[in-house]
Amino acid sequence: MTDLTALTIAEARDALRAKTFSARELTDAYLGAIDAANGALNAYVTVTPDKARAMAETSDGRLAKGEAGALEGIPLGIKDLFATEGVHTQACSHVLDKFEPRYESTVTANLWADGAVMLGKLNMDEFAMGSSNESSYYGPVVSPWRAEGSNADLVPGGSSGGSAAAVAARLCAGATATDTGGSIRQPAAFTGTVGIKPTYGRCSRWGIVAFASSLDQAGPIARDVRDAAILLKSMASTDPKDTTSVDLPVPDYEAAVGRSVKGMRIGIPKEYRVEGMPAEIEALWHQGIEWLRDAGAEIVDVSLPHTKYALPAYYIVAPAEASSNLARYDGVRYGLRVPGRDLIEMYENTRAAGFGREVKRRIMIGTYVLSAGYYDAYYLRAQKVRTLIKRDFETVFAEGVDALLTPATPSPAFGIADQEMNADPVKMYLNDVFTVTVNMAGLPGLAVPAGLSASGLPLGLQIIGRPFDEESLFATASVIEKAAGRFEPAKWW
Amino acid sequence: MSVDTATVRRVARLARIALSDEDAEAMRSELNTILGFVEQLGEVEVSSVEPMTSVTPMAMKSRPDVVTDGGIADDVIANAPASDDHYFVVPKVVE
Repeated sequence: MTDLTALTIAEARDALRAKTFSARELTDAYLGAIDAANGALNAYVTVTPDKARAMAETSDGRLAKGEAGALEGIPLGIKDLFATEGVHTQACSHVLDKFEPRYESTVTANLWADGAVMLGKLNMDEFAMGSSNESSYYGPVVSPWRAEGSNADLVPGGSSGGSAAAVAARLCAGATATDTGGSIRQPAAFTGTVGIKPTYGRCSRWGIVAFASSLDQAGPIARDVRDAAILLKSMASTDPKDTTSVDLPVPDYEAAVGRSVKGMRIGIPKEYRVEGMPAEIEALWHQGIEWLRDAGAEIVDVSLPHTKYALPAYYIVAPAEASSNLARYDGVRYGLRVPGRDLIEMYENTRAAGFGREVKRRIMIGTYVLSAGYYDAYYLRAQKVRTLIKRDFETVFAEGVDALLTPATPSPAFGIADQEMNADPVKMYLNDVFTVTVNMAGLPGLAVPAGLSASGLPLGLQIIGRPFDEESLFATASVIEKAAGRFEPAKWW
Repeated sequence: MSVDTATVRRVARLARIALSDEDAEAMRSELNTILGFVEQLGEVEVSSVEPMTSVTPMAMKSRPDVVTDGGIADDVIANAPASDDHYFVVPKVVE
C-alpha cells in the first residue's frame, strides 16, 4: 500500500469514504511515523496513541454507517495551547506543570464533533511567545528542512513550530495553531506549509491558554490550501462562551479554493519593502505579483503609512495583555507551586521557577508599561497607533482593494541557537515585521509557500484580506499554489 | 526612557517574580533594548486619535442573568497543588 501519511486531508477523506483503507489504518500510519521521527524533530510533547486508536475506531463505525463528519477519521496534531480534556495542556511552560484540564476548548471540540482524531499535543514556544520554538520548556523543535549541503539544525519558526514541523514532516494530516503576531504564518512560511490566521472573532478563544486577548486567534496549518480551508471550516464557529466570537455563519471555505481571481484588485503595499530585505524575498514577491496578474487580477500599488510602527506598538500591547493574563499562574489553583516563607514569597518563587526567560521579559515589560505614571506614555499611545494602523487598511479597502500581497517573512529559516537572535530580543521580534500588522488590525492573513531560497529553504507569501473575507484569501492562495507547486523536505530523520 | 536596576526590582515585585541580583542586571539591559525599540512611537502624531478599544466593531453580547453551570467543585480543584475539602490551601496569611 502507498504511504498513507503522504495523502492530503482531502485525499484521505475521499479514500476513507470509498473504504480504500480504514481510519484505524490511517491513524496507525501516523502513530508509526511519529514514533520514528519524534526523537529527532521533537514536534510532539505528548502522543496519545490509545485515545487516537479509540477515536479512529469510532470513526470507522460512523463511516460504515454512512454517518461520516467533515473530518471523519482524519488524524490531527493539537498545539499545546488548546485545552484538551484529561490530556497534557501546558502551553509548553513549566508553570503549568502536570495540568490536565477537565474541559475541552471550543475549537478542538468542534474538530472532534466533525470526526477528527487526536494524535497528541504539539510543541510550541512557551505561552506562544517566540518566533523560533526555542522558548519551549520541552526544548526546541527541529525543522524537517535543512539547507542544501548542510546538516545544521534549523528552527521551524514559532510559536506554532511543532504544528508546522509536524505537518511538513507528515506526522499529522493537519494541525491546530494560534497566531498573536505571526505564530501561524511565520512557521508555515519556514516549513513550506499553508497557515491562515482568520479574522479576530472567527474562531472561539474559549479554552485556549490566553497570551494577548485582543490579538490571539486560532487557525490551521496544513499541507495545502484546500486542507487549510477544510480545517478552518470545522474550527470556526459562533460561541456563546467567547463574547468576542462573531455572529456570522461559517462559509464553505473549500468552495473558494480554485475560484477565479479575475477582476480582483490586489494591493501591493510599498512599506513592506523594508531595508535590508534579501533580494530573493523581493524577487519572490515580484513573482507572486506576476502570477496573480497572469490569473487576471488587477495589481495596484498602495500605501500603509503606519506599517513601521506596528511592531513597536505590538511590543507594548501584547506584553501588557500578557502580564495581566499570566497573573493567574501563582501556584494556588493549578500547576507548579514552589514554597516560600509566606504567600507573597510563594507567588514569587513559583513564578521565578515556572516561567522561562522570554516570558518573564514580556511580563516585566507589560507590568512596567501599565504601571502608574507610564500608562499614558506607553499603553495609551500604542492603542492610538493601533487605531492608525487599522485606519491604513480601512482606507485601502475603501478604495476598492480586495486583498493585499506581501512577503510572509523577511528571511528563510535560521539555525537553532542563532547567536545574533539570542543576543538581541529585538532581532528575534523582527521576524514578525510583515505579519504583526494583521493582528493589530484584526484582519485575516494567510501564508502560502511560493518558492525556495538559494539555499533550498521554503519562502512564503502572505495574503491579507478584508474582515471575514477568508474566502478571497483561499482563492488567491490557490492561484499562487498552482503556479508555485508544493514543497516538501527531503527525509533525513 | 530607560530603567535602572532599582526600577527593575520594583517591577519584578509588582509582577511577583523573584529575581536574583544577576537576573536583575541582565533583565535591566534587555528591557532597555526593548524600551529603546518602542521609543520610535513618540514620532507619531496621535493627539486627535482615539485609542483602540475593540479590533472589530461589535456590540458586547449579553445573555439572560441565569446560572448556566456549577456543581463541579471536584473539577475546579482537580489540578490544585494543595486542596482540602474543596478549598484551595495556601500558606497562612493572617496571624
